[in-house]
Amino acid sequence: MLIVVCIKQVPDTTQVQIDPVTNTLVREGIPFIVNPYDTHALEESLRLKDRFRCKVAAISMGPPNAEATLKKALALGVDKAILLSDRVFGGADTLATSNVLSAAISKLNTEMDEVGLVLCGKQTIDGDTAQVGPGIASRLGYQQLTLVDRIENLDLSQKRIRVSRKLEGRHEIVEAPLPAMLTVVRELNRPRYPKVPMRLAAADAQVEVWNNQVLKLDEQSIGLKGSPTWVSKIFSPERVVGEILGDGYADPEGTAALLIEKLMAKDMLPI
Amino acid sequence: MTSRPTIFAVLLFISLAIFAWGCWRRFSLLTIGQREDRFDNPGQRVLEMLKYAFAQKRVLAKPFGINHFVIFWTFLILLVANSEFILNGLFPSIKLIKLPFELYVPLVFMIDMASILALGAVVIAYVRRIVAPPFPEARTAEAFVILTLIGMLMVAYFFLNASELATIMYRSNSDPASFLATAGKMMPVSALIAGLLPQAQLGSIHGAAWWLHALALLTFICYLPNSKHMHILTAIPNCFFRRLEKPNTVPREEFKAGNTFGVDRVDHFTWKDLLDSFSCTECGRCQNACPASLTKKPLNPRGIIHDIKVNLLKNGPGLKNGQQPVKALIGEEGEEHCCDEAIWACTTCGACMEACPVFIEQMPKIIQMRRHFVETEARFPEELLNLFENMEGRSNPWGIAPSERTKWSATLDVKPFDSDTTEYLFYVGCAGSFDARNKHVTVAMTQLLDKAGVSWGILGKEEKCCGDSVRRLGNEYLFDKMARENVALFKERGVKKVIVQCPHCFTTFKNDYRQFGLELEVIHHSELLRNLVQDGRLVLDKTTAEFGSVVFHDSCYLGRHNDVYDAPREVIAAATGAAPAEMERNRNNAFCCGAGGGRMWMEEHGGERINLARVKEALEQKPETICVSCPYCMTMFEDGLKDVKSEGVRVRDLAEVMAEAVLR
Repeated sequence: MLIVVCIKQVPDTTQVQIDPVTNTLVREGIPFIVNPYDTHALEESLRLKDRFRCKVAAISMGPPNAEATLKKALALGVDKAILLSDRVFGGADTLATSNVLSAAISKLNTEMDEVGLVLCGKQTIDGDTAQVGPGIASRLGYQQLTLVDRIENLDLSQKRIRVSRKLEGRHEIVEAPLPAMLTVVRELNRPRYPKVPMRLAAADAQVEVWNNQVLKLDEQSIGLKGSPTWVSKIFSPERVVGEILGDGYADPEGTAALLIEKLMAKDMLPI
Repeated sequence: MTSRPTIFAVLLFISLAIFAWGCWRRFSLLTIGQREDRFDNPGQRVLEMLKYAFAQKRVLAKPFGINHFVIFWTFLILLVANSEFILNGLFPSIKLIKLPFELYVPLVFMIDMASILALGAVVIAYVRRIVAPPFPEARTAEAFVILTLIGMLMVAYFFLNASELATIMYRSNSDPASFLATAGKMMPVSALIAGLLPQAQLGSIHGAAWWLHALALLTFICYLPNSKHMHILTAIPNCFFRRLEKPNTVPREEFKAGNTFGVDRVDHFTWKDLLDSFSCTECGRCQNACPASLTKKPLNPRGIIHDIKVNLLKNGPGLKNGQQPVKALIGEEGEEHCCDEAIWACTTCGACMEACPVFIEQMPKIIQMRRHFVETEARFPEELLNLFENMEGRSNPWGIAPSERTKWSATLDVKPFDSDTTEYLFYVGCAGSFDARNKHVTVAMTQLLDKAGVSWGILGKEEKCCGDSVRRLGNEYLFDKMARENVALFKERGVKKVIVQCPHCFTTFKNDYRQFGLELEVIHHSELLRNLVQDGRLVLDKTTAEFGSVVFHDSCYLGRHNDVYDAPREVIAAATGAAPAEMERNRNNAFCCGAGGGRMWMEEHGGERINLARVKEALEQKPETICVSCPYCMTMFEDGLKDVKSEGVRVRDLAEVMAEAVLR
């Protein structure tokens, strides 16, 4: 069985600013990181690899410099890393992205090994749509298990998986046949730290690059042309400086009491 | 009946064979260690050896050191007596008395005196081990056996000598009183005993004393290379091969595929590391100085060195023949004192190395073992995962956005460093840039620099973490990357002189970055402020300073690791008009705050908290101000004072103390 883990290189959003004129992200000088939710998907795929001795392939769609993200995956122990990179993939929304990723997964399914699981982070921290994972499941006809915080059971002989889904205020235990697509939340695991010998091996390893000559997708279904979503505006919410209450240095207790009073008046304290 | 010389010759031969075999067995194990050059500056090395091995400078630093000094030097003198004994045992015609009289008299006097001094020292050591041992586990059978053997040697010597004297006395028919008086001038103790011996049993006393002496000596020879008393053979070379520079850093690693990273097997240590393990006498001074040991953590620096020896003896012979180790060195399956918890408990404060009379280097070995955990196994306390990722991704321990590095200067007029127009780079450091409390120190520093007219600038958002914590924590791969980036940045920006307010940045730039080809003039703010006062650039009005009593806490990486002890004290004296009060443990004996070696970022489990122990020690001086010179110490003292709920005592960095005095 092959596990495919989808990862994305994202700008470190705590450091991102928005250009007020063009309404686009200012990316200059902003370091890229692996989408934090994806690191948990990656970790889970590696744990399953350790347990079931299956293979793991990491795929990522992005510009050529996204190779760094895949090298991190190699350093952590994935068997194969593929970068899906082509100018015609650029400008993709979640639909077009899921088309490219699905095509890559299908290709791995036929050429490498039968895909049993696809793991994704629950969403990326730059787009925050949470649509790409479910999009892949729909296009490939895989079972769709989102917001997974624990894999309860994976039975490879029966080809079934049972997971816990972390929903608001409750957990849901669901079971599904394989192949399945899981999107995962942070509570699933604690990602491992790369070992130096693995990092050195990854630095020398080749990340395979698949462009559209390899995937042969209809250009109307990928990139900007295949993207029905149109972003009309990106903006930072305006921050309003609130009222300054009391003097915390001179009278900390009185100021705290003042704050509590205000919050209770606005019904913002659960009593 | 076989003659005594023959029996003795056979026994001596067997003993020397056992001795030689023991020495060969142990010393040949050094060859499995890695290469390391400790042969540079031979002249200086000889001087160091004379100072520390023969003059016993460090041994004498503690009260009982004098006892060891006496044993050491009397042993050297008694080498003459024992050589005579052995030669005489083989060839009865060889005797000291055949020496010229002018030489013989002072020699036997010295031997007699040395013997009684040695016996006295052994008795003191015996009593001390029973009544108040240096550490509880020091009451080992081994220690008592060796003391008993030395004691037996001395007692046997006296009876042997005395019976010989008495025999001569009775044979010569001289007046006992005048004979003993004359002999007493040559060998006072032996002559005293000679007068007490019964004439009739002189022959049997002599025989018994001779054999007792022979057996004690031969047993000692056999035992020596197979016990901790091997230090008699290794301590002197260990002082010769000591690191001539302070062991405040660790060597670089080469990141090439196929290399091993860190140490998890004895043969990954260098030969000098292995020699260290044979040089330990288990005096326990390291553990009595170690903040982790003293607060009941699993770390015991003596235990680490001892376990390296134990493991070397177990695995060494096999490793020498290319076999795999039979017993792990570190971790769960490893030796008792090299468990994970012990290795992570070290604050790298260097107190153990400062205390060791024979210059054993405990700290670098611990860091090497951490390197194995982090780099080869990626196994470490879970709180370090965030630290490593924050350091790698955002170049600061908290993972705060690098763009916030200059927030402290928002309302100040701070200029960027420009090598053409600014003299000093003021390297603010992570704590000075991000930590709310330590930002006050940064602001105080900038005010003082401006007041004194110093030409300074900052790197601003380009500044990166120096990497101290990750190096001490064994993440050399990450440190290597951070150091190379910083070195490139400093070179590109033409940085030559750096002011730092953190001893960790200080030591890293000064000592660690040299390995990366960067020679900087690094000045800690304590030294800079001292110089500015001396040069009259900071003017103080002493009569109005009101700090109450100030107690100063030495930072390990400023003091012990870099020998800066006076500058901060002079700054405090200048600012307050009085020298600071000293804690019981100060200067090179100072006790760590608990935050070094990356412990700042880790949970402290078990035992007493190190910072609480130190805060309590500081409070014994009844200070109104505890003065520190390090942002980590600042945090540890602030936290500690809150924990002991000590009202009215404040913690100040010395820059703040100075600023209050100058700018008020």
